[in-house]
Amino acid sequence: MNDRRKWALIAGVSAVALGATATVGVVAWADYGTRRDAPSSVVTTADWSGGGERILFRNTAPGQGYGHVASVPLADPTAARAVSGVVCDRLDAGPGVFSCLRSVPGIVPTYTAALYADDGNMLLEWPLAGIPSRTRLSADGAFVATTSFVSGHSYASVGFSTETSLRTAHGEDLGNIEEWTLQVDGEPTTPVDRNYWGITFIDDSSFYATVGMSATGVTYLVRGDIAARTLTTLAQNVECPSLSPDGTRIAFKRVTAGAGPNVHWTPAIYDVATGEVDLLPETRGIDDQIEWLDDDVILYGMPREGAAGDTDIWALTADGSGVPELFIEHAWSPSVVREGDDG
Amino acid sequence: MYISLTNTPEEARGAGDSRRAPRGVRTVSSTVVTLGIVSLLTDISSESVAAILPLYITGMLGLSTIAFGVLDGLYQGVSAFVRIAGGYASDRLDQPKWVAFTGYALAAVARVGLLFAAGFAAITAVVTADRIGKGIRTAPRDALITAASDPRSLGRSFGVHRMLDNIGAALGPLIAFLILLVVPDGFHVVFVASLAFALIGVLVLGLVVPNVRTRSAARATGAGRPRAADRFEWSILWHGRLRRVLSAAGILGLLTIGDGFIYLVLQARSDFAAQWFPLLYVGTNVAFLAFAVPLGRLADRVGRARVFVVGHLGLLAAYVVAALAINDLVATVLCLLFLGAFYAATDGVLAALAAQLTTPQTRGTGIAAAQTVVAISRFVSAAGFGVLWYTIGREPSMIVVAALLAVGIPLAALVLRPLLSMTGQAAA
Repeated sequence: MNDRRKWALIAGVSAVALGATATVGVVAWADYGTRRDAPSSVVTTADWSGGGERILFRNTAPGQGYGHVASVPLADPTAARAVSGVVCDRLDAGPGVFSCLRSVPGIVPTYTAALYADDGNMLLEWPLAGIPSRTRLSADGAFVATTSFVSGHSYASVGFSTETSLRTAHGEDLGNIEEWTLQVDGEPTTPVDRNYWGITFIDDSSFYATVGMSATGVTYLVRGDIAARTLTTLAQNVECPSLSPDGTRIAFKRVTAGAGPNVHWTPAIYDVATGEVDLLPETRGIDDQIEWLDDDVILYGMPREGAAGDTDIWALTADGSGVPELFIEHAWSPSVVREGDDG
Repeated sequence: MYISLTNTPEEARGAGDSRRAPRGVRTVSSTVVTLGIVSLLTDISSESVAAILPLYITGMLGLSTIAFGVLDGLYQGVSAFVRIAGGYASDRLDQPKWVAFTGYALAAVARVGLLFAAGFAAITAVVTADRIGKGIRTAPRDALITAASDPRSLGRSFGVHRMLDNIGAALGPLIAFLILLVVPDGFHVVFVASLAFALIGVLVLGLVVPNVRTRSAARATGAGRPRAADRFEWSILWHGRLRRVLSAAGILGLLTIGDGFIYLVLQARSDFAAQWFPLLYVGTNVAFLAFAVPLGRLADRVGRARVFVVGHLGLLAAYVVAALAINDLVATVLCLLFLGAFYAATDGVLAALAAQLTTPQTRGTGIAAAQTVVAISRFVSAAGFGVLWYTIGREPSMIVVAALLAVGIPLAALVLRPLLSMTGQAAA
């Protein structure tokens, strides 16, 4: 084969390969357009009034309103969902406000965190360094915590880290808690390559969170003191905590099998007073920060079988007596708003 | 730029070859350009997927990427080991093209897996295959570049290759994000595009790039010791001049903390950098590709060892700028420029230097050894810097490593002293 023929062959194959890519792209684009404009696959209402006891979540039902913040009454979670105009990847609701983390598509995707009033008006917005992972508001909405994945660009470079930061509802930045003092068994330590994630507030002065040592893979439950800027380890292998409304138990995910990419997390309950841990009867692996529906039932998101980008919220009794039940279909990142307190 | 129309490596060409460009005309072998195009296509392929992988894992699979980072260090080790093996195999089999081809093909085949496999474990398998492929192909490819180039302009050849390579690395993420901008859930479109670019790259390599047999070329031109021409000698790695290069690269590598940390320093302090964090590496790539050819040519003229050592001043400048509190935007842009210049002065130039100091029989292994020393020492450096970071804080640790580098550069210059004045001309 001479050079001209070789290049002709390459040109031909390139045309086919890139043509096929373009075809797949156009089909995907048309398909996406159809799905985006199609009526939602679930019953929705445009009446986003806010207020009352309800569950806010990210609507993942295909069709209009995909990715938007939606809500259902706490008393009737299967009722038509009210869909707001706000798009979030991850959210948490407090009294009259909700926090919202999202990735903003663009030639360069950017990531933002924001605080919204119940009516959908943005109160504050600030940039996030990476992909949204967790957010929590303190009970009275005075503090907002965010966790994002700061990933290097390629397989190499910085690898990966989480960034967990605190802010006040007035926009004051309390910084990355990586810079706070970590105390293991009362002694200040400076472990290499520690990552923090998953804050859950106790009150306006303290919180629980996870610290993970990247080198060894060990995770600790820590208690954070906002004024002193300290973090104190409490227990090992208690990851991504969520404090129950009565403050007595922490729901979390525990590594029960595998490691690395094959890790399997099982929901578990940690008793704050005794330190006792009970695994819950869930055979599937979960990867979420659990939310408490009330003092007896926990909620968590699961990817929906066979539908990439779609998820469901499941409910499970916290005493281990029940089995997981489908709670809200096509939903993610649930947040329960109760009257009086609001978790 | 004049590009010769023949695939014959310049050193194997007869003096009376009429197609040979006259002296002084800027020539780069078409093989080098073709290898650059192969790298460009392959980098589009791998960087497009790498850029969207975290989004895909969290957004579409509903998983966190925690475990992903833990594995990263492991891959680095695998990649370094495979690299030496790739260089060695290339030397022993005297088949640099086909060893490189294996590496490129492995990465392309892994892309097919992406189309069918969903799930974290499958993705890690694909990423692993991709990295092994990268490890295998790098040294034989650089040996091919050497064999296809005039030894006097080796720096420029590597500069041209690295420029094309980095164009691909900058384009890949942009193509991927553009696809996602149009089709927000079109991750599979990115995977298909990635496969298409990888296939074209492998095809170009397989069809167009000649399998330059370094040993026969050496025999034909009488380079190397004739009687030992076919013998592979490990001793070249730790005797004589290459050992100096490996030592200097190791010393400097230990003080190269990785741009990830520099970006984190910038991002922690600067709103501008925080907002554009995902784009910082593209900025570095663009600076790298802009400086690659000029600094490669400079290396040919004033000496590769000299440019390699002095290039670390770019890194030092980046450390200093990151550690000082200057205006957000200015600091960020300066940092990226310095980092890009640093890579341009060291990456291809080190390969050229290693190639210059090895025989055709040991070239692949020699280049691989230099690159492995750099990879491993930088990995150690990143780990060590992590300790420092958490012990004394962000800016102070930056200042410490900058001070160490300020001592390390003259030290490396001392180690390389006999080679400093050796130019491309001298090697010819």
